[in-house]
Amino acid sequence: MADNSIKKISIVPFGPQHPVLPEPIHLDLVLQDEKVIDALPSIGFVHRGLEKLVEKRDFQDFVLVAERTCGICSFGHGLGYVEAVEKIMHLETTPRTKYLRTMWAELGRMHNHLMWLGLLADAFGFESLFMETWRLREKVLDLLELTTGGRVIFSVNKVGGLRKDVTKGMLDTIMAGMTVLTKECRVATDTFLGDRDVQSRMRGVGRLSPERAEELGCCGPFLRASGVRRDLRLLGYEAYGELQFEPIVSFDGDCYARCEVRIKELYQSMDLVRQCIEKMPDGPIEVPVKGNPNGEYMARIEQPRGEALYYVKANGTKFLTRYRNRTPTYSNIPGLVETIKGAELADVAMMILTIDPCISCTER
Amino acid sequence: MKMSQSPWMLHYDGSSCNGCDIEVLASTTPVYDLERFGIINTGDPKHADIFLITGGINYQNRSVVQQLYSQMPDPKVVVAVGICACDGGIFKDCYNILGGVDKVIPVDVYVPGCAARPESIIDGVVRALDLLEIKRDRMRRGLSPEEQGWAIANINEGRTGKAVRKRDESVSGGNKA
Repeated sequence: MADNSIKKISIVPFGPQHPVLPEPIHLDLVLQDEKVIDALPSIGFVHRGLEKLVEKRDFQDFVLVAERTCGICSFGHGLGYVEAVEKIMHLETTPRTKYLRTMWAELGRMHNHLMWLGLLADAFGFESLFMETWRLREKVLDLLELTTGGRVIFSVNKVGGLRKDVTKGMLDTIMAGMTVLTKECRVATDTFLGDRDVQSRMRGVGRLSPERAEELGCCGPFLRASGVRRDLRLLGYEAYGELQFEPIVSFDGDCYARCEVRIKELYQSMDLVRQCIEKMPDGPIEVPVKGNPNGEYMARIEQPRGEALYYVKANGTKFLTRYRNRTPTYSNIPGLVETIKGAELADVAMMILTIDPCISCTER
Repeated sequence: MKMSQSPWMLHYDGSSCNGCDIEVLASTTPVYDLERFGIINTGDPKHADIFLITGGINYQNRSVVQQLYSQMPDPKVVVAVGICACDGGIFKDCYNILGGVDKVIPVDVYVPGCAARPESIIDGVVRALDLLEIKRDRMRRGLSPEEQGWAIANINEGRTGKAVRKRDESVSGGNKA
C-alpha cells in the first residue's frame, strides 16, 4: 500500500456478547486500518467463585461442584478432583473403575472436538457443515447418556470409584456406535481437511512457532499443532498407561494445523474407546472410603483442551482447605494474543475459536 | 400475521457452566431443531424477541444483562434456562453470585434442570411464544407489555444495587403501540 494510506489507530471492542461465541469474553482490539496490532483481553464475566465452595461442601459432595466448572469438559474436571483426593487418601481404585473412567474421558474428548469443529465451521460461515458435525455429536451424547444418564453433566465419579456400572450390552452399543461414527465422521472431516474454501480461510492464518508456543506456556492441541509433543496422557494416569497411542503432532502451527490435530485426535479417541472396551476388566467399581483426607496433592490430567491442574489441600476434617484449578484456556490466552497480532479483523473470530476457548473453565 | 411464527432469539451466557449453553445450541441443531418454529438464533439484541439466558447473575455481568434486555424492542420475553438462571442453583452460595436472572430483569419462563435438556428448553421457548403473543396483544390495546411494572434502580450504585419490583404499570415504560 502507498504511504499516503490512512494510518488510523482505532480500538474495536470484541464481546462480551458476540455472535461467534456462545460464551462471554471481551477483547479490546487495537486496529491500524484493518490490521490488528494489539489485543487486550479482559475476563471475569462468568466468574462464580466455585473454588471457595470447598469450605461449604464436604469433600464427597464437592465432586459435583468440581464437575460443574464447565459443562463440556465436565467429566475431566470431576476426574481431576477425585484423582487428587484419592491420592491424598492413598486409595487405589479398582481396574474396572480406571478403564471406565478412561472410556468416558475419551468419549468426552470426542464430543468436545466435534462441538469445536461445528463452531469452527460456523465461524467461517459454513452452516451446513456446522449442522452436520453437531448431528454427529448427538450420537456421542447418546452413548454418554446411555451409560451415565446425563448428556453434559454426568456425575458418575465419586471419591473411591464410580456411582454407576455399565452392562455388557451398553459396551456393545458403544462399540457399534464407534463403527458408525468412524464411517460418518469421515465425510465431515474430509470436508474440513480437503475443501478448498475451508483451506483458504485456515492455511497460514494465525501461525505460532514451537519456541513461542512453549515460552508462552500453551498447552493441549494448540501446543501440539505447533509441533511440540506434549500430552499428559503419556503419564499413564487411570488406564492410559496400558493403552496404545501416540500423541498427535502437526508442524505448521496455523489454524489448519490445529484443525488437523483435533480431527486426528477424534479418531484416536475412537480407537482408545475401542481399546478400553476390549480390555475392560470385570470386578467392583468402588473401594470403601474411610476417614477424611489430610495432606495435599496436585493432579494433572489432559483435558480435551489441554493440560489442567487440580490442587487439593485437606486438613483432616471433611471440609477441604483449598481447591485450585488451572484450566487449559487460561494458559492458552497469551498464545492467542500473540497470534492475533498482525491478523486481519475478519480472522479474529476464527482465531479465538482455534484455541478452543472455554470461558467458564477459565473464570470458574 | 402472528409474531410468534417467526421470533428471533438472543442467547446470553450469564455465569453458567456451559452445560446449558451447549444444550441451547444443541436444541437449534438437526436432532432437536428449534428452528422449525421459525426461530433464528441472532447475535443482535435489537433484532431479538426472545432472550434466552443461562447461568446466574454475578457482579460483573449484571450490567451486561440489563443492557441487552433494555436494547431489545417490545414485546419481548425472557426465558431463564437451567437452575442457575432460575435461582442460582449449585452456585447459589458462591460469593460472586447474586442469584437468578429475576434479580435484575423480569423473567417470563423458568426452565429448570442441571443441565436443562433440549426438550425442556424447546418446551420453555414454545411457552414463551404464547406469552409473546399475549404481550403484543396488550400493546395493541395500549397497555404496557408487562403486566407488572419493573423498575431497575441503583444499577450503578455498587454492589448493593438491586432491581425492585413495582406494582405501578406506568413505570415499565413500554411502547404504547
